[in-house]
Amino acid sequence: MIPEVSIQSLALSRGGRQLFTRLILKIVPGEAVALIGRNGSGKTSLLRAIAGLITPDEGDISFGGVEPAEAREAIHLLGHLDGLKSSRTARDELSFWTGFSGGSPGAVEACAGQLDLGPLLDLEVRRLSAGQRRRLALARLLAAPRPLWLLDEPLSPLDAEWRGRFGEIMVDHLRGGGMILAAVHDPLPLAARTVEISR
Amino acid sequence: MSRVGTLLARETALAWGKGGGPMVAVGFYAGVATLLPLAVGSEPERLAAIAPGAAWVALALAALLSLDRLFERDYEDGALDLLTLSPVPLEIICAVKCLAQWLATGLPLALAAPIAAIALGASPMLSGLVVACALLGGLAFAFMGGIGAALSLGARRGGLLTAVIVLPLFVPPVIFGGGALASLAAGLPWSAGFVLLGAYAAAAVALGPLAMAAACRNALS
Repeated sequence: MIPEVSIQSLALSRGGRQLFTRLILKIVPGEAVALIGRNGSGKTSLLRAIAGLITPDEGDISFGGVEPAEAREAIHLLGHLDGLKSSRTARDELSFWTGFSGGSPGAVEACAGQLDLGPLLDLEVRRLSAGQRRRLALARLLAAPRPLWLLDEPLSPLDAEWRGRFGEIMVDHLRGGGMILAAVHDPLPLAARTVEISR
Repeated sequence: MSRVGTLLARETALAWGKGGGPMVAVGFYAGVATLLPLAVGSEPERLAAIAPGAAWVALALAALLSLDRLFERDYEDGALDLLTLSPVPLEIICAVKCLAQWLATGLPLALAAPIAAIALGASPMLSGLVVACALLGGLAFAFMGGIGAALSLGARRGGLLTAVIVLPLFVPPVIFGGGALASLAAGLPWSAGFVLLGAYAAAAVALGPLAMAAACRNALS
């Protein structure tokens, strides 16, 4: 849906503090980029700016000629705020986000199975561990395919086994022409270009 | 099911669900109706005179109850971020949330309103107008209330701020609806107040989502 992501001389500030200036970044299909940088360097803000939630001070974020409003529909955002309601069951939440993100209802069970969530689907989200909850959020990305994944610390609550399996899922996504921009502190479990954010 | 339908089903389930929703609003409303005669005295004439107005004021306050969680919940857990990543405009999303709020609290309150009014001694012939006013008024309360809820996003003690922002917006429907009910009770023409209430509700439904979406965008950025 979007041929590329191109960021030209971007400057972002939050709460009156300049995070970075003149950031240049380009992501093409099949490519994963690992964003590194110190705490508070602006990794999350960059992801939110690409998702259109923050207006940059300067610079330009373009999606290869696709209008930004249209491009939003091609973006999945996954962060520690996962939008899952703790009082609802995992199945209700996954079905809702799948449906609302334009996925087919049939994909819910399949993707839950792929992430070993089957037995957990009838539990309330509050009963899930942090890692299980992250897998549930991840299932949303698989159930409603979109080309650009913006991931904020995607690995942090996952155990070693699931970090590996998440790596395989990301490789599959890239093979299908997907793009990944992930803010990380630990290296991604796949070949990725590393971009450091600094002032 | 379309995206908007999916969203409406979820929002209604959330508004209807635990820790809020119809039982709280109706319970509050029943509480006011029960306490009122104890406070103002139980002479039937006096009660009957104030019954429609008291029922109407209680309705406005009951509508305030669950308002502060309307956007706050989605703002805190990141759902508001994700909702914007869809082709559905934020204005429509806000409208759907208010509509769900109305379905979960306004509708049950409208059904409870004539019972409370009759229990307080209002004439049963007022019941039809009480329900109609409560339905329209509830719509105005939900959509105007949504503006306050969206504006107070991210503020500590947002509930108090919401009430302060919203109460002035609740004044016109209270005047129009209360006026219509008082006129009918007195045997006077009541349509003017009712029509104005309808116009106010229509304006709230039309303009409220624009203000709410702008306030949400501001809170997210």
